[in-house]
Amino acid sequence: MSTVTGVSAADQVPGPDGQKPLQGDRASTGRFGDRLFGGAATVSGVLVIALVTLIAVFLIVQAVPALMDNSANFFTSRVWAPGGDQPAFGILEFLWTTVTASTIAMVIAVPVGVAVALFITQYAPTWMRRAAAGLVDLLAAVPSIVYGLWGLIAFAPVFKPVQGWIEDKLGWFPLFAPTGISGGTIFFIGIVLAIMVLPIVTALSREVFDQTPTAHKEGALALGATQWEMIRTAVLPFGRPGVISASMLALGRALGETIAVTFLVSALSDGSPWTWSLFNGGETFASKIANNAAEFSNPTKTGAYIAAGLVLFVLTFVVNSIARVVIERRKAFTE
Amino acid sequence: MSTATDRRAPDDRAVPGDPSTPPGGRPGRDALSEMSNPHRARMIKDVVARIVMWGAFALAMVPLVWILGTVVGKGFHMLTTATWWTGNQRNINSDDFGGGARHAIEGTLQMVGFTALIAVPIGILTAVYLVEYGRGRLAKAISFTVDILSGVPSIVAALFIYAVWVTTFGLGRSGFAASLALVLLMIPVIVRSTEEMLKLVPNELREAAYALGVPKWVTVVKVVLRTAFSGIVTGVLLGIARVMGETAPLLILAPYTKNFQRDLFNGNFPTLPMMINQDRGDFALATAAERMWGAALTLIILVLLLNLIGRVIAHYGSVKK
Repeated sequence: MSTVTGVSAADQVPGPDGQKPLQGDRASTGRFGDRLFGGAATVSGVLVIALVTLIAVFLIVQAVPALMDNSANFFTSRVWAPGGDQPAFGILEFLWTTVTASTIAMVIAVPVGVAVALFITQYAPTWMRRAAAGLVDLLAAVPSIVYGLWGLIAFAPVFKPVQGWIEDKLGWFPLFAPTGISGGTIFFIGIVLAIMVLPIVTALSREVFDQTPTAHKEGALALGATQWEMIRTAVLPFGRPGVISASMLALGRALGETIAVTFLVSALSDGSPWTWSLFNGGETFASKIANNAAEFSNPTKTGAYIAAGLVLFVLTFVVNSIARVVIERRKAFTE
Repeated sequence: MSTATDRRAPDDRAVPGDPSTPPGGRPGRDALSEMSNPHRARMIKDVVARIVMWGAFALAMVPLVWILGTVVGKGFHMLTTATWWTGNQRNINSDDFGGGARHAIEGTLQMVGFTALIAVPIGILTAVYLVEYGRGRLAKAISFTVDILSGVPSIVAALFIYAVWVTTFGLGRSGFAASLALVLLMIPVIVRSTEEMLKLVPNELREAAYALGVPKWVTVVKVVLRTAFSGIVTGVLLGIARVMGETAPLLILAPYTKNFQRDLFNGNFPTLPMMINQDRGDFALATAAERMWGAALTLIILVLLLNLIGRVIAHYGSVKK
């Protein structure tokens, strides 16, 4: 832990907002090279803002005409027939499937992910920590298409009897009512999504747990707390905002996950009855769009899918903004 | 750090004045009365928590081992066939054995290379702005949009490019269009990792350069970026690895071809994820399934190789705090 230049206590921990002493353009000489380079950097930054704005603008512009032609209610209809003279399409089914599967993923991934992060930072023997963290990161490096294949071919057959057992024992409860669908049920997709977002929860939680001030932890232990009590009273409260924002980022990823879900979903036939069961099929926003990529034939049809994509964009935008706000507030708090 | 975490559960029998442990108490008390001891309950909780944490880690390892085991077990023998690294899939139907993946490997590498060519300069310059130049509202806005961009689902990025490229400009689907969508996904990864690295560069280096009368831009290029170079390279490699396995943009923007194809701008384009997707349709046939797992294993190997190189560079050339 030595600085490159030798000593400077102040700079060993740079402030979260960068470097204090030389701020902004005060170090700039106003020369041509300076203006050019500074300009290029600014343009790149502005370009990023422009790109995000353009995403919203283009999606809205191309979705609106299709929405005007829509003869069904976009938010409350379960019909999806964007072609033909009388286009009718609604997103209720996708919204339900997307949100429910992501919620299941969160219910599983957040506790397990936090526990794994606690294991890596607090429980694992020192020699094991880096290896354990690396293994969890490895889970993040597996491409999502591989999760799709594995879920489809290896995991689904194993999960089938489990689902049968749950339906047997808890089938009276509406959420677990049997539907005759096995394989790509909402519940199953939720589990696969949970595995996919687990490394996100763990990586970020690990980071904040690691930052818990040693004084807090030692204080708790000095008062006679057991290790678990120390974690509950010192580590978890300190890491809570980090865990919340990690969960939000993971939720954003789960909502938008495309190819794995596309491989797994069981599409429902038109006019199948509404059910609250988690063992029902149904498409998510992303899988519906991906499955019908070949169908973007006329503007209304394409517009309908773009409208669905817009809703997904708004959902992830909101979730990520919340994550961002939570992180910002924590920064303000720890400074 | 270590003193705090290496602490074991306190031994409650050592607590002096413990009412339930009279001096010279019998060591062989029955379990029930031990449970009623409040210290005992706390210790049990502690042990349960310890078991739960170990269990959670073991649980998280199950899918990892299972997935990698499945892919290696089912796909490895394809990688050892004569044509896998040299041939393509031309005239090979789902029920024909083997064929090569070279067209898809080359296509994937070419596509992500091209993506990096666009995304890396934008990403690094944006990070330079955020760390070296940006203060106030604009920097805040940029930082916020980078976060939003990193949360944009790949399918939405693909739809956006489709809406611009195909619907608005009337251009055809191509490898280039898919590259543009991947650029959107790659930029935030590069910005964030580069930003972290630039923040690690000690301020004395900048001040020393300024003290010698070096202009700011030369300082940034020759001192700051050079010091952070290995970290930035690592970030770039991880960014490439991240987009390499993306399938959704390819599905919408770059239809698959079984032939060698090096033209990113016209026509269909072969990539590994799309090769997997192609054979997925017939995975009931053993020949197609083998090819699918082989392509999946090849993709994983490429991604892990990039991760590994990135980590090695990070380990040996990182900015020392």
